[in-house]
Amino acid sequence: MSVPAAWYLVLGAVLFGIGAFGLLTRRSALIMFMCIELMLNAVTLTFVTFSRTLGDIGGQATVFFVMVVAAAEVTVGLGIVVAVFRRRSSTSVDELSEMKG
Amino acid sequence: MIALAYSTAGVLVFATAALLIVLGALGVLAARNPVHSALFLIMTLFGVAVAFVAQSADFLAAVQIIVYAGAIVVLFLFVIMFLGVDRHDPIGVEPLVGQRAFAGVGAVLTTAGLIALMARAHWVTGATAVSTNGSPTTTGAANVKELGTAVFTTYLFAFEATAALLVIAVVGAVLLARRERRSDEEAS
Repeated sequence: MSVPAAWYLVLGAVLFGIGAFGLLTRRSALIMFMCIELMLNAVTLTFVTFSRTLGDIGGQATVFFVMVVAAAEVTVGLGIVVAVFRRRSSTSVDELSEMKG
Repeated sequence: MIALAYSTAGVLVFATAALLIVLGALGVLAARNPVHSALFLIMTLFGVAVAFVAQSADFLAAVQIIVYAGAIVVLFLFVIMFLGVDRHDPIGVEPLVGQRAFAGVGAVLTTAGLIALMARAHWVTGATAVSTNGSPTTTGAANVKELGTAVFTTYLFAFEATAALLVIAVVGAVLLARRERRSDEEAS
């Protein structure tokens, strides 16, 4: 018998927490993107676990679409990082303060 | 004790995946050099792929390696090298006082809340799929067939929408990269 789904669900929750902590604390836009990838992977892991326990292929199909959206998000996001870097010579989000009230 | 209740192989695979995932995720956070962070990210992605194989999502495990580790992380590394930001990030400074503590409390609360919610729901929310009568998802070539059938019938509209999304993303990325160059030419 394979391991219970609860283990993988807890693993997904822990991975999501680590990604959220990194997103809130790191200052580099590149590292923040990587933390978003960690959180996306935590969610895909949860989807696949439920897909197994409920016997529903829809969970895996959703993960497929999440991967496509992640690829699009990284493409545009890194394009923005490159555009910002050309202007500011830095990827630190703390220095983007033009909109500060 | 655990190994007696469940198959030793299953427990070993889970332990390997969990170790890869957690160590890689912590490495992404702790590494000062962005290149090291990207390499730790690959470690986490491999761990997730192991978990996918253990849960009979064979096709997604392959896609995980090819798309995530093969394309997205390479894109990250390409941008890191292109920008020349592979110098050390000041990880010790804390611009907002107490931000790290608040973020830690928030992350722990989120994780504990998720686990508590799932535990209260006996780890399974909802009913088993009607279409398959709750029979387990298939593995190997049958998994590819099952997933392909779902994507090209039930989720056909979403699939077409992702095609449009990818085209828009590519056009957007090209625009973001081009605009700067045009203003340079006007300036010179």
